[in-house]
Amino acid sequence: VFKRFVEIGRVAFISFGPHAGKLVAIVDVIDQNRALVDGPCSGVRRQAMPFKCMQLTDFVLKFPHSARQKFVRRAWEKENINEKWAGTRWAKKIEAREKKAKMTDFDRYKVMKAKKMRNRIIKHEMKKLQKLASKKGKKPEKSEKPAKPAKAQKSEKVQKAQKAQK
Amino acid sequence: LAPQMAGEKAAGEKKPKKKTGEKAPAAPKATQKDVGEKKKKVKKHHASRNPVLARGIGRYSRSAMYARKALYKRKYTAPETKIEKKKKEKPRATITKPVGGDKNGGSRVVKIRKMPRYYPTEDVPRKLLSHGKKPFCQHKRRLRASITPGTVLILLTGRHRGKRVVFLKQLGTGLLLVTGPLAVNRVPLRRAHQKFVIATSTKLDISGVKIPKHLTDAYFKKKRLRKPKHQEGEIFDTEKEKYEITEQRKTDQKAVDSQILARIKKVPQLRGYLRSTFSLSNGVYPHKLVF
Repeated sequence: VFKRFVEIGRVAFISFGPHAGKLVAIVDVIDQNRALVDGPCSGVRRQAMPFKCMQLTDFVLKFPHSARQKFVRRAWEKENINEKWAGTRWAKKIEAREKKAKMTDFDRYKVMKAKKMRNRIIKHEMKKLQKLASKKGKKPEKSEKPAKPAKAQKSEKVQKAQKAQK
Repeated sequence: LAPQMAGEKAAGEKKPKKKTGEKAPAAPKATQKDVGEKKKKVKKHHASRNPVLARGIGRYSRSAMYARKALYKRKYTAPETKIEKKKKEKPRATITKPVGGDKNGGSRVVKIRKMPRYYPTEDVPRKLLSHGKKPFCQHKRRLRASITPGTVLILLTGRHRGKRVVFLKQLGTGLLLVTGPLAVNRVPLRRAHQKFVIATSTKLDISGVKIPKHLTDAYFKKKRLRKPKHQEGEIFDTEKEKYEITEQRKTDQKAVDSQILARIKKVPQLRGYLRSTFSLSNGVYPHKLVF
């Protein structure tokens, strides 16, 4: 039922508070509500932090409890947590949300145009396939084909959106 | 010969030099003497210039003494009499000004230099009610930092509401001179009010664009006929109903737009952006939008 546990070495994402948005490693548990936490590679000093503001990630580091910052840093860099985090969907969603909030009026226009173009292409392909399906009678066409062009257009749209945001 | 000539020349040169040298120290000494002597002369009176021959008899006659004492140089006027003072030209103290209205007697006599309105018992004089209140032409014009030449603005009021438009410059009264350009979104060279405009962060490079100097507030001001001949009814018809675009406006529009269109084409998708209009929809909150 639960897959991520609070343990020594668990990397957590801080959701609110002064260090919102940063990653930390749990070094020790103080009591029911607080943990000793350290984020040498993310700019968080070693401190007590309530569990409530932490959200557990999939990453676990290996170091003994109450290990000094040097060893936490060593473990962090060995596991390359920063890069792994940037590659997770979670981090990507956060980044996309930030970019969307920063969009200027011109960017919004460009995204609108890109979306429109993409949807047209998808619709066009769909219509084509529907026509084929209706023409060939009731032979059940598997939905493999619509997936492929959709994916191709999705990548195009992502590129355009990225361009717009830049 | 040569050294002799040189020697003579040198001698010749020396003489005028000496003279000037003599004059130079003499001159300041003379002036110093003069100043001192003038001061002394005021106090000191000359001894009698008429030597005495016998008691009561002077050597020189009256006329000779006149000349000797240089009385021809010393002529004193009598002090001004009251009549002369009265006759002297004084600056005008009052002025008559015409006054309108039937029963007001036509004119008033007004003092030019008025008595002070306040004789302070304390330090600070009372300020006039109109203190610090300037006429519109002297008001300070401000411009938001986000609005610079070339910025794309969103008009919020007027018949062009929602349209995105290029900002050119701020006019003398503080209004913003703005253009569509006309070919893009049918907004001509027009004035817009700073307060009713959203400044986006999209900026066009307008550095080399030359805006004609005759585009001022007077150029854009609405023209109204004002000749009420105390007749009612017919007046409201004759006033300008239909606005006609003058040829000058068309040429000015072309002159400015041609320059700006060239720059718009360089930025991808900007033309389409200017053609589109701004609108809010569900879930879109202006305070959360970044413009």
